[in-house]
Amino acid sequence: MDPRATVEAVWKLESARIVAALTRLVRDVGLAEDLAQDALLAALEEWPVKGTPANPGGWLMLTAKHRAIDRLRRDDRLRANLAELGRAAELEQQAGDDAFAAVLDDGAGIDDDVLRLIFIACHPVLSRESSVALTLRMIGGLTTAEIARAFLVPEPTIGQRISRAKKTLGDRGIPFEVPPPAERAPRLAAVLETIYLIFNEGYAATAGDDWMRPALAQEAVRLGRMLAGLAPGEAEVHGLVALMELHASRMPARLGPAGEPVPLLEQDRGRWDQALIRSGFASLLRADRQDGPYVLQAAIAASHARAREPGDTDWVRIAGLYELLVRQTPTPVVELNRAVAVAMAFGPERGLEIVDRLAEPLRDYHLLPAVRGDLLRRLGRDAEARAEFARAAELARNARERDVLLERAGM
Amino acid sequence: MTLNAGVREPDEALYAEMGRFVDEMSKAGVLLATGGLAMEGSHVTASGGKITVVDGPYPETKETIISFALIQVGSKEEAIEISRRFWAIQGDGEGDIRQVYGGPE
Repeated sequence: MDPRATVEAVWKLESARIVAALTRLVRDVGLAEDLAQDALLAALEEWPVKGTPANPGGWLMLTAKHRAIDRLRRDDRLRANLAELGRAAELEQQAGDDAFAAVLDDGAGIDDDVLRLIFIACHPVLSRESSVALTLRMIGGLTTAEIARAFLVPEPTIGQRISRAKKTLGDRGIPFEVPPPAERAPRLAAVLETIYLIFNEGYAATAGDDWMRPALAQEAVRLGRMLAGLAPGEAEVHGLVALMELHASRMPARLGPAGEPVPLLEQDRGRWDQALIRSGFASLLRADRQDGPYVLQAAIAASHARAREPGDTDWVRIAGLYELLVRQTPTPVVELNRAVAVAMAFGPERGLEIVDRLAEPLRDYHLLPAVRGDLLRRLGRDAEARAEFARAAELARNARERDVLLERAGM
Repeated sequence: MTLNAGVREPDEALYAEMGRFVDEMSKAGVLLATGGLAMEGSHVTASGGKITVVDGPYPETKETIISFALIQVGSKEEAIEISRRFWAIQGDGEGDIRQVYGGPE
């Protein structure tokens, strides 16, 4: 087996725990990440020559820790900072290697540290795009090159994003802690948003040829499941995991033979991934509150997953869920989705009433005239429908989508 | 991943260690399902539209899959690394790593 691939595989599994344990030691997430990266480089040099160590995760941990101690001996400022925190003595005490390696096996302690690390990587002082890069790097164990490839941006851009983010966290003195109760809700929302952004980046772009893009969706599901294991009492975490699993279950059916997007109601449901649907249902059941936006979106996705045929879809239930979702997330796009569900459940006139209230806020959004065209056509108002589809085609930015709309406009 | 034959007799210590490992892998978002298969079963042969069922166990196979773990990872190397940890707990024995088709690569 390629030793380099082994190093990368171990890294992928261990990086979150290693960076978390180092952050606990040096109380500086940027420094911890640098030390962890040094250990990774050392492994890449040493393992191919000397062979893979018996306990690869422990080896990485110890190497990183030795570098932390070296750094501490050389760096007066760091020592002073830690002394202030009363941490220096603790670090020296942990000179016994076995004691430190045991950190990795200390289940609950290290779990809490990983959770703290996730909250730091997604801290609201960072932009979401910085949090995305930092989370993938520190928690997901992806390289800068892999992240850059997944987001179709040059590698130095991601490198800068990560180093700026680490600097911001250092400058602002963001503490290594699980947020106190008063801050917990908004901090958790930032974490969930970051993971969902990663998912959508991979999910929305499956038309790309690059394998990294769908892998990004899979990575987000893994991060979500990790978070669900660390914070099992948070309903919205389970909601997000369920939502991602249920959406991912449709991936095999989302694209036609020519790579064109296939709408939900026209997908071959036989190709939906039943294992992901089952885990999505199970995740949803773990949420003990049903009123958060991720749980509600997951419940909508679950209603579609439950329907064997498009005609079996419980649109009344879906319209009700959208009504609850609009209260949580009152945006015109959610309202437009509700209009579609209402039209399916109670007839096109009812949907049209909602759509017409959205004319101003969604003036430039191509899906507004597209939905309106659909509803008008169902009401037999064909001339008006064609005009709406033509307008939608004018606004659409994606060429393939535009073709479909022009066809519907009869042009 | 399958465990086809293990040498170590399961005892309390093995259950406890394996329990911790399973918990850790589940929290890491890697382990999706585990299960065990009974040694007894039925063997089915289909030929010319007819099926023949013979009671197990399987006298001619030395190895029989006795348990499995369904894991989701990004590469074969990651799967092997998880397997290495599993066998560090399990001790001597053998098993297979096979890819499930249809999922993401």
